Amino acid sequence: MTLFDLRLQDIHNQLRSKELSVTDLVNEAFAKIGEREERIGAYLTLNEAGARAEAARLDDKLARGEDLGLLFGLPIGVKDNMVTEGLRTTCASQFLSNYDPIYDGTVISKLKQAESVMIGKLNMDEFAMGGSNENSSFHPVRNPWDLNRVPGGSSGGSAAAVAAGEAYFALGSDTGGSIRQPASYCGVVGLKPTYGLVSRYGLVAFASSLDQIGPITKNVEDAAYLLQAIAGYDPKDSTSAQVDIPNYASALTGDIAGLRIAVPKEYLEGVDPQIKASVMEALRLLESLGAVWEEVSLPHTEYAVAAYYLLASSEASSNLSRFDGVRYGVRADHAGGLLDLYHESRSQGFGPEVKRRIMLGTYALSSGYYDAYYLKAQKVRTLIKRDFDQTFEKYDVIVGPTTPTTAFQLGSQVDDPLTMYLNDILTIPVSLAGVPALSVPCGFADGLPIGLQFIGKAFDESTILRLAHAFEANSDHHKRRPAL
Amino acid sequence: MSIETKDVEHVAKLARLNLTDEERDMFTEQLNAILQYAEKLNELDTEGVEPTTHVLRLSNVMRDDVVQDSLTQEQVFRNAPEEEDGQFKVPAVLE
Repeated sequence: MTLFDLRLQDIHNQLRSKELSVTDLVNEAFAKIGEREERIGAYLTLNEAGARAEAARLDDKLARGEDLGLLFGLPIGVKDNMVTEGLRTTCASQFLSNYDPIYDGTVISKLKQAESVMIGKLNMDEFAMGGSNENSSFHPVRNPWDLNRVPGGSSGGSAAAVAAGEAYFALGSDTGGSIRQPASYCGVVGLKPTYGLVSRYGLVAFASSLDQIGPITKNVEDAAYLLQAIAGYDPKDSTSAQVDIPNYASALTGDIAGLRIAVPKEYLEGVDPQIKASVMEALRLLESLGAVWEEVSLPHTEYAVAAYYLLASSEASSNLSRFDGVRYGVRADHAGGLLDLYHESRSQGFGPEVKRRIMLGTYALSSGYYDAYYLKAQKVRTLIKRDFDQTFEKYDVIVGPTTPTTAFQLGSQVDDPLTMYLNDILTIPVSLAGVPALSVPCGFADGLPIGLQFIGKAFDESTILRLAHAFEANSDHHKRRPAL
Repeated sequence: MSIETKDVEHVAKLARLNLTDEERDMFTEQLNAILQYAEKLNELDTEGVEPTTHVLRLSNVMRDDVVQDSLTQEQVFRNAPEEEDGQFKVPAVLE
């Protein structure tokens, strides 16, 4: 057993009893990075000097016997779309390749308050647009289970780093599935919280009505602790929810007797047979632990992808209008005038997927097409949300696969955006409805991890964590590590 | 509905993007495919359905009108591509 296989609680116990130091943990993380990063490509920026200095400071604190923060001493990696003061933040875009933030995003302040140690900034699809991490404008990330396959996107760096032992845990962001899908492909745990539970202040916006920051971890318990550290109302984010934050770890009781599970038939149609078999096996396990499940229908599932791409692209085209080469970011040389400066900076700074979505969104919002595309999609979003509301009147949790297939080959879908978009068919409806969902490893197909998705009522993260934790405690899929 | 080259050129102008000939042709083809897929939404009758702009029921968020610290000039210009005398410098707007 390596340090990476210890639960957060075990690490804290060993820190308190002086069997371990924070410096040991940080050394272990950088040793793994030194050994594996060249093959994986999970990081865009490392914070080695900063992390070592912080480890020394925390070790001094430990020696003084003071109270430890919730994430005390734990090395964490953060997706590179969350701004970090004094640590380059690029969004995996050439446009921001020189961007040196002047403030910390709220999640970063909270991680510091919880006394975790920032290891570095993790690779992603440019501006979080993509499902494979091949859209990073620096370099792709490779799946630790098979280096010829994608890790998923857009939080591919976060999922790959955790799976490869290059971070103890990580933060990702999810717009249409960007935490859950890479977690599924890389065999780790990924949680998209309820929209509004975690502040988006300091998260570079992609689609503001959908974006949500969340944990990527090796087990459900760690996800609960990391969520605890980052959840909560933030006056700096006007879409932040004012709700009471429960103690998530105390919800992990192991008792799931009587929990009512809905299994949408639409989520089992067209998925890989091995994935379907793993999901059915997981349901039998949950049943043996006392939960009950029934098949239900979420009839508007098939419309979610179309609605999502119109809405997300529309919001993206608006959000990305701030990148003009004037106040920050890379400016094009030799511009002929101000308008030319905007055009040239944006044309040089953005990669193909980002341009494609800006174009789609600008079209969908343009005069004459707004009603036909944008407004129509907003109405369909209402129908999708109603599917969930109605199901949650009778059931506690919705369970299904996270993705229709396992990780695909690098380069295999890159010229076919529509096919790539359809990979997110099982994660997108949740995002449109704004409810929380958790992906947990539930098996392997031909050596590649399969993810099981637990979907909850708004702000009821505790129940999906409890159910997933009980599943995990009675299975060992999450304990398997890639051979690297 | 199908998108033609001239529509793509118009949208690129609105989006402040210059496209190469190759990009223009590629986007024409890809946007057509994506929008054709989006036509699927028309199978649904959404007459009388309220649009969801936001999943949380939020009303306007206000704060008290109190003076707070703002960014320093040094912070504001830390990432400026070009700056002169405390101002962002851009190419001439008028000929």
